[in-house]
Amino acid sequence: MSLKLSLHTKPDVPLEAAVICTDKLNGANETAIAALTVFHGNDQTALGEFFTVKGQCDGEIHIEGDLANVKHLGSEMTSGKMIIEGDVGQHLGAGMSGGEIIVEGNAGNWVAPEMTGGRVIIKGNAGHMVGSAYRGDAVGILGGEIIIHGNVGNELGSAMRNGLVVAGGNSGDFTGVNMHAGTIIVLGEMGIRSGAGMKRGTILSMHNADMLPTFSHACTYHPYFVRLYLAYIKEQGLTIDDAQLVGNYQRWVGDAIELNRGEILLYVN
Amino acid sequence: MTFTTRIVNGKVYDPMNNIDGEIRDICIEDGRIVESMPDDASRIDAGGMVIMPGGIDIHCHIAGAKVNAGRKLMPEDHRRDPHPETAFTRSGTGGIVPSTFATGYRYATLGYTTAMEAAVPPITARHTLEELDCTPIIDKGFYVLLGNNIFLHNLLREGRHEEFRQTIAWWVNATKAYTTKLVNPCGDEPWKGQRNKNITDIDEKVDGISPRIIIEAFVNAVNAMGFPHPPHIHCNNLGHSGNYKTTLETMRTAGDQRLHVAHIQFHSYGGVTGKNPTSKAAEIIEYVNQHPNITCDIGQVMFGNATIMTADAPLAYVLRGFNKNKWVNADTECESGCGILPFTYQEHVYTHTMQWAIGLEMFLLSEDPWRVILSTDHPNGGSFMNYPKLIRLLMDKSFRREEMGRVNQKAIAKTALNDLDREYTLNEIAIITRAGPARALGLKNKGHLGPGADADITIYDDMDDKEMMFNAPRYVIKSGIPIIADHEFRGDHTGRLLHITPEYDQSIEETVKPFFESFYSVEFGNYAIDDSYMHDHEVIQTTKTS
Repeated sequence: MSLKLSLHTKPDVPLEAAVICTDKLNGANETAIAALTVFHGNDQTALGEFFTVKGQCDGEIHIEGDLANVKHLGSEMTSGKMIIEGDVGQHLGAGMSGGEIIVEGNAGNWVAPEMTGGRVIIKGNAGHMVGSAYRGDAVGILGGEIIIHGNVGNELGSAMRNGLVVAGGNSGDFTGVNMHAGTIIVLGEMGIRSGAGMKRGTILSMHNADMLPTFSHACTYHPYFVRLYLAYIKEQGLTIDDAQLVGNYQRWVGDAIELNRGEILLYVN
Repeated sequence: MTFTTRIVNGKVYDPMNNIDGEIRDICIEDGRIVESMPDDASRIDAGGMVIMPGGIDIHCHIAGAKVNAGRKLMPEDHRRDPHPETAFTRSGTGGIVPSTFATGYRYATLGYTTAMEAAVPPITARHTLEELDCTPIIDKGFYVLLGNNIFLHNLLREGRHEEFRQTIAWWVNATKAYTTKLVNPCGDEPWKGQRNKNITDIDEKVDGISPRIIIEAFVNAVNAMGFPHPPHIHCNNLGHSGNYKTTLETMRTAGDQRLHVAHIQFHSYGGVTGKNPTSKAAEIIEYVNQHPNITCDIGQVMFGNATIMTADAPLAYVLRGFNKNKWVNADTECESGCGILPFTYQEHVYTHTMQWAIGLEMFLLSEDPWRVILSTDHPNGGSFMNYPKLIRLLMDKSFRREEMGRVNQKAIAKTALNDLDREYTLNEIAIITRAGPARALGLKNKGHLGPGADADITIYDDMDDKEMMFNAPRYVIKSGIPIIADHEFRGDHTGRLLHITPEYDQSIEETVKPFFESFYSVEFGNYAIDDSYMHDHEVIQTTKTS
């Protein structure tokens, strides 16, 4: 039987709930879970003050309610599955290395920063700094998948070094800024300054985009790996035209102020 | 709160009073050590423990504008190392450059009770004083940077030596500093605006004056005014292969007058500029051994993360090209220069191993531990939190050999480290971390446990593993207040600012003022820090000789 947490009292200020994570709750009974420490602003309080706890965690947690003010869900998660039926706050799945988090609503900023493995699926929109490095760090996500069906904010996949980040809708400015490697796919439109400071890696978009002057046009071609990626994300429930699977892509190379080994692929027909 | 107690049964190491491991009682009253006290006073039983004066760091970077820029540069470092509050202490962040509060507490957890911030541009002295006031437990002071000061250069160029001396005294008073610091004298100006370069020779002229002229002038002036600590110099050519000649020349320039050479390890490299360095530790330490007027601190490099933080802007500019990481260049518009960048010393890298080995060679070849003081030039050679490991490297030959096996063997083979079997004794450690720096700084009430001394005391468990021993003192007492007892914080203390007030002729202000009116963005009247600004402080006397 899986664990079900229902939000009964909406927090006025952000609730820091890193404790809600499969690894930390596995095997614990309802009373023990309700007594776990969470921080409501700077007040130390119990999880039961905000959530109704039902069942026992056997690797799967269902959470329901408006969790837009609940932060750090699934931090450092290594295995299992968390299903969130509603919106969720910042720092979802921070530093996770395995397992799966599925959000039926929207997510806040900082989705899965510095993750090394696992998968995060957001059915709605997400905020800024999705799959990025925390401020000051040179390296963001090292692996895993982040799939967002809706739109995302700025600095998607900032400084990422490996892994896959997908936005089904549009992305904000500075998509893939400072990226070291890895793949970002944006099915909608990208904001300005995409790929600024990128060293290596691939950014793929289905629309034309404003290119920085430090990117140069290399060729227009059909790369085979694009088909593999698109087929994979189509399986995940995102909308891909058959024309995009076989179509041509403009290849832009940059960023020339860095290694100049990154690429931005833009679908042309 | 005053604390009156008698510490009994401990083995006392007090080199200044020639006490080497004797079992003695130490009596504390009103923050000072006293000869005796009634038998019914409270007691600390230090049976099986080692008692030393509180540690003194003669050269570190712990407060001020550049340290703060270093903190801002590395949020990732702080995030990974939170410093939680206790019932007695405040919270902070750690990492290589800890927050002010954490700096004070972490020094205390190593048994250190005094630390000197080594480089403060005059105009940021106010900021530094604010930060030092928020650095708890330890007593502290700072050295004011005057070696790249255009006004002082102008006076020297015109041969106005008396006014030069008066101006130094005015500037030290105006900033509440402890002594003068020279960093790559003459080096910042060419880099900052004129030619975007550094100077390479102590006799190279920049607009009519050379580093040698500046060093000589400072040595003469500061010694004549009897500052408790002589000019504290970071020589030219830091870090460049072949720089040992510059270092020797710098020390020769002082003649037989007192001079402190900072982080001397970084200045003891042979070889050709631009190529791999070789060790000239023996040559440099030989000069130090022979010349009792010279004191130095080593600036040992410890493997792992560090932060280069220096007023030597051209050096930071060179280093930022090596690791292509973030860096900060600051203080360009004021009376100094500054560069900050994260840096990692790695065992497999030839140069880093060479630096590590040169520092150890110098420690092991030193004949007078009183004048060769332990430091890592925190955070340049590594955090001060590495001191216990460094002490173990010096005290434990087999541990040293083990560590030598893990580093770049090509570099080790080019040093004399394999032939050095010396092991420091506890008494010698007490000298290089306590009594030596106290004497070099002219702090008469510190670094010893005789009657009248400040009751800054550290009590360690006597353990075979010296790293563990020096990492966790059982008791730390600061100014008679128990700060740490049984390894836990039991109290807090603000610590005092140590500074000097050398006499000067007030009329010098009329000479300095027009320069301020022409070139400074600060009004002359607002520049000097007045006494009302001072928190808890202690003036250390100067002893004028002429």
